[in-house]
Amino acid sequence: MTNEAESGGAAPSAVDEVVARAEALYHDVELSSVQRWRDAHGGAKAVGYMPIYVPRELIHAAGMLPVGLMGGRGQVEIIRGDAWFQSYICQIPRSTIELALTGRYALLDGFLFPSICDVIRNLSGMWKVLFPEKYVRYLDVPQNYDPDVGGRFFGSELRSLYADLCALSGEAPSDERLRASIALYNDNRRSIGRLMELRATEPWSVPAWEVYLALYAGNLLPVEEHTALVDAYIAAARAASRPRRDNARVVLSGAFCEQPPLELIRTLELAGCYVVADDMALGRRWPEGDIEVTGDPIAAIAEAFITRSPATAARYEPHGDRGAPLVQLVRKSHAEGVVLAAPSFCDPALLEQPILQDSLDKERLPWTAFKYSENLGQFQIIREQAGTFADSIKLWSEA
Amino acid sequence: MSTPQEAASAKDGSMIKQKEMIAGHYSALSRAKADGKKVVYTFVPGNLTELLLAFDVLPVYPEINALQSGMRKKSGAYIAEAERLGHSEDVCTYVKCDIGMLKSGNFGPTGEKLPEPDLLLLSYTGCFTFMKWFELLKREYNCPVAMMHVPYQGDGVFTPEMRDYVVAQLRTEVVPALEALTGKKLDEAKLSEALARSRVAEDDLVAVLESAKRRPSPIDAYFGGVYYIGPIFTSFRGTEAAVDYYRTLRAEVDERVRLGLGPLTPDGAITHEKYRLVIEGPPNWTNFQEFWKMFSSEGAVVVASSYTKVGGVYDNGFRHDPERPLETLAEYCAGCYTNLNLPTRIDMLSRYVREYEADGLLINSVKSCNSFSAGQLLILREVEARTGVPGGFIETDLVDPRYFSAANIKNRIESYLQMIEQKRRNASTRAHAATPTVAPPRPAKKLEVLR
Ligand code: SF4
Ligand code: SF4
Repeated sequence: MTNEAESGGAAPSAVDEVVARAEALYHDVELSSVQRWRDAHGGAKAVGYMPIYVPRELIHAAGMLPVGLMGGRGQVEIIRGDAWFQSYICQIPRSTIELALTGRYALLDGFLFPSICDVIRNLSGMWKVLFPEKYVRYLDVPQNYDPDVGGRFFGSELRSLYADLCALSGEAPSDERLRASIALYNDNRRSIGRLMELRATEPWSVPAWEVYLALYAGNLLPVEEHTALVDAYIAAARAASRPRRDNARVVLSGAFCEQPPLELIRTLELAGCYVVADDMALGRRWPEGDIEVTGDPIAAIAEAFITRSPATAARYEPHGDRGAPLVQLVRKSHAEGVVLAAPSFCDPALLEQPILQDSLDKERLPWTAFKYSENLGQFQIIREQAGTFADSIKLWSEA
Repeated sequence: MSTPQEAASAKDGSMIKQKEMIAGHYSALSRAKADGKKVVYTFVPGNLTELLLAFDVLPVYPEINALQSGMRKKSGAYIAEAERLGHSEDVCTYVKCDIGMLKSGNFGPTGEKLPEPDLLLLSYTGCFTFMKWFELLKREYNCPVAMMHVPYQGDGVFTPEMRDYVVAQLRTEVVPALEALTGKKLDEAKLSEALARSRVAEDDLVAVLESAKRRPSPIDAYFGGVYYIGPIFTSFRGTEAAVDYYRTLRAEVDERVRLGLGPLTPDGAITHEKYRLVIEGPPNWTNFQEFWKMFSSEGAVVVASSYTKVGGVYDNGFRHDPERPLETLAEYCAGCYTNLNLPTRIDMLSRYVREYEADGLLINSVKSCNSFSAGQLLILREVEARTGVPGGFIETDLVDPRYFSAANIKNRIESYLQMIEQKRRNASTRAHAATPTVAPPRPAKKLEVLR
């Protein structure tokens, strides 16, 4: 899926090269980039983690490669996975199990299952039973945001997690290393922040599917390499001066765990929607802003989580209601409408949809909603729906 | 409308008592506003009933309203109403049933209108949906929410740090919310007295549940069990009425043991116990009686179940401790069944199969509940492998009548029981063979893991 239309069949442009590299990582279900990293680092270990958020700094500071696991992305045939889950459970746990049972995760030494929903939560226990030789941990995150209560609890969880990770890698725990890791991830989040700003101001320069690939690459690349890739993409996309179309500006919301197929993201744009903000691969953008690099690094990570986590379905909303942050995001990104895209059978996304819809209605913000699964193969219906939605927004704005 | 159990055991003192307790509670609720009583909506797993009693507020459990609506055949219409309002067909039907009931006038199980909540006490224990459920209710009722997050026992332990976290939330979030609501300070002595009463009732409940280790079992620990857990899982734990109810129930069960009687069912007592089962997963409520009969008519008795542990796992030794009121509440919340990780659930079910000498483990997988259902197929294979008893799997829902396909479920249950029968025959053939050995345990199924 290179961008031939743009490059006109000539030598690949700088943008094409960066995107092609990111796309190769996206399609790398065998995790060969992880294997190469291990080989280049004397067999150093790698730790996989599921959506939505884990503090990658801890894995990095323990001398291991954090590897984001985001299901099969429609690229694996599910043979064994279906034997483990009832038909009414979403797709991502089955493809995750499939990938593990077919040996694709054998090169990972540990697995983290952060708190997002009961499916991933229970998957952590399944992992303990199925892969007893691996390090497996469920990471609870506080739903209480008082620094002395939730913050203290999260600090203690992180300390014990860091101790475990150091025991796994054989590294001695070190605040200095942790601070250095935090600084690297701060750089990474800043680069991603610049990309997000660019997409909000000039969405025609950075198509959503390319932005997604650039974010996705952060699942696999070492942090410095990923920062460089994002920076290179921003520079190349800016230089490419792509044509501006008369698309509607939309926020895509609900895709924080099981990811929509790449083709679906392309479809939205082809149908006339510029995605100016979204929650795909949200963990790459978590927390919002820098984590403090002085003082106690674990306390700093806990503090950032408590005070600057993005609003998402998996977190309790103590003030106002769940719709308010979405409305704010729409305003901030100057979007004209919202595409509520939820994975089929996804409790966190679907349970709150009526709240989101109600809030959007109250603000007279148009929305459309559909369900998808990571292995969806037909996009015609969504294309038509998104096309009609984009047209109606344009009509409204002209009226 | 009388329930099957009521019809079957009209003479049981415990059942009459329970009925009176429930009627009294709903009647108090209907008068709550006039009596100046505050009403708190909260959830069954990780409930803080003793604390609510100490503040003299009245709890409402939306889950119980949903299951009652299911039993009273009203849930289908309520769910349809919620879906019409934009709630997804994919999500937990308890939530939709509750929202539908609310939108249809909020008439509770006795037909009386339920009072609006003065506080939503979100004890977030063992189920993600709870959080969303009260986010939804918060928009309907203009009242505060007190959130208490109980960490999941992901590694099979409730660490001191986790306990301190929950206790801190009780102190800084829940108790202040109740104090603000009632204008009273927490009376710790009153709380401890309630906790002491809880202990007494908990001992009696465990004795009742463990009576099923006998042959024949005097109780059905699933279909009958859901009645036995009613008072202690809801508004009554910590009350004199609950102490009295469980004392009476235990005496009745002891009497059945003495007389060698089997459990009561909608069709009378089971006289010949043919199969002893452990069941994992909640029951179906829309066709509860029909579902129960599919077992009782075959002589199948449920001797242990995980559902009767959703509001507290007392048979592992946990008791509320009046000496450490807030700590004990934290430990109670953390120990509820759906807050336990999968390996712990597998250990527990395997232990039930062994200790209750069950012929099999049957899983009733409900579409609504990811908290229960995600991972059940692994549970099935593991328990089979560890215990050697055959596993069975059926799928229904809690309160969505669209997911109760009676013929299909009946077929599956019958084939499952035949499988047990077949296994018995094979075992007895082997036992009669020349070598004087007992039947070897079924070989553990090895999971195929490619590396
Ligand atoms: S897609 Fe939704 S339901 Fe499925 S694992 Fe992710 S958050 Fe949970
Ligand atoms: S998901 Fe399960 S535990 Fe949670 S509210 Fe629904 S039925 Fe109850």
